[in-house]
Amino acid sequence: MLSRRNPQLNANGELIHLLSIEGLPRAVLTQILDTAGTFLSVNDRDVKKVPLLRGKSVFNLFFENSTRTRTTFEIAAKRLSADVINLDIARSSTAKGESLLDTIANLSAMQADMFVVRHAESGAPYLIAQHVAPHVHVVNAGDGRHAHPTQALLDMYTIRHFKRDFTNLTVAVVGDIVHSRVARSDIHALTTLGVPEIRAVGPKTLVPGDLAAMGVRVCHDMTEGIRGADVIIMLRLQNERMSGAMLPSAAEFFMTYGLTPEKLALAAPDAIVMHPGPINRGVEIDSQVADGRASVILPQVTFGIAVRMAVMSLIAGNQA
Amino acid sequence: MLQLDAEALYADLREGVRRLLRPTSAGPTSLVGIWSGGAWLAERLHRDLGLPGAHGVISSTLHRDDFGSRGLTAGRAGADATQLPFDIEGRHILLLDDVLYTGRTVRAVINELYDFGRPASVTLAVLVDRGGRELPIEAACAAARIVLPASQKLTLARDEAGRFSFSVRERQGA
Repeated sequence: MLSRRNPQLNANGELIHLLSIEGLPRAVLTQILDTAGTFLSVNDRDVKKVPLLRGKSVFNLFFENSTRTRTTFEIAAKRLSADVINLDIARSSTAKGESLLDTIANLSAMQADMFVVRHAESGAPYLIAQHVAPHVHVVNAGDGRHAHPTQALLDMYTIRHFKRDFTNLTVAVVGDIVHSRVARSDIHALTTLGVPEIRAVGPKTLVPGDLAAMGVRVCHDMTEGIRGADVIIMLRLQNERMSGAMLPSAAEFFMTYGLTPEKLALAAPDAIVMHPGPINRGVEIDSQVADGRASVILPQVTFGIAVRMAVMSLIAGNQA
Repeated sequence: MLQLDAEALYADLREGVRRLLRPTSAGPTSLVGIWSGGAWLAERLHRDLGLPGAHGVISSTLHRDDFGSRGLTAGRAGADATQLPFDIEGRHILLLDDVLYTGRTVRAVINELYDFGRPASVTLAVLVDRGGRELPIEAACAAARIVLPASQKLTLARDEAGRFSFSVRERQGA
């Protein structure tokens, strides 16, 4: 059973797994962001590698596909000198009927030190974290509709990089919020870091009703939602997670909620536009905005490597 | 209790470093201070000796050999990032630190330095060599050489006016 203590933290309150942003204290989030700053400079060196995870094996277990997230985790682990093993798990053991915990037990017998897990079922990384040996660490790379903590951390790093301070910001999260683990993790992180105004913007079918209880302002009107915003986080319309009834069409969604230069003009003059990728041009975001001055979508990718280096090195250095 | 006059030792170190500086014909030389005490020394020496260019700051964090047991120390993250505002390749590097003890920090810092290029030479100068070496590392210049028991920790402090002082304390948990 789950103990009452947050399963991500050891008895000293240090991070040993990263499963969710929910329940992590501000000091832990800030430590990860500060550490990521140190790792960002590693990219500028002749030797883009540090020996912190030398001799450790990191297993990338992607039960769901994601080229970008898997690649950035792989680059991050390699820059920390870990050995990285990528398993195309969806097409191997699982297809043959092996249970999740049997897969983990077998990989643990191959001396795995860390599992980076993406799974369609919410909670799968928690289950794994409860069953691994004390020296083994687990990072959630996205589980179902539940959480995507490293994406939220790289989003926070990006916001802090461009805006410096969280405590005077208005942040709008726009689009398909109900299917988005990114939105959920972002909202927890923004709240913990002290952002005073968080808006969830989208049609009634795609914005969950319980958000107001989290202190989020729900806006079904795009104009109202992005007016004066300092940060706009656009979400991908998740066609693969959606049945036809939730939206009339992608074209209609773009008319109402797609971010165009005209709508962006309502935001603060120095607003930044973020997107977790992959972007659907002409569905949730106009090309002129995606490639424009306000867009920080590509810096997000670069910061993502440093943030994942920080997470992996911090948890690997803490004992259960 | 041991009393060390950090300001007097600094004056000795400054003269020692002056003698260690190579003639410009031997190629460029730069001072690089080990975070944090050594960085203060490098900053002040650079100014007092009227050296051209800028000094560097280097951190041992990413190459420490106790990462497996201590992890990345909380609270220090980000504060001690290496900053080398010059090309390391072919440059003479004069490393500075406040206290030389086991030599493990200097080992880590030399590895860090090599991540940026191949220096022409690396020399070490310190305020105090307190003995207790665990690696074959020596300072070319030490303003004082003393022996302290392992239970004691020697720490350099800098006040608002930039003046140095030393304190000796019993190590926590020792």
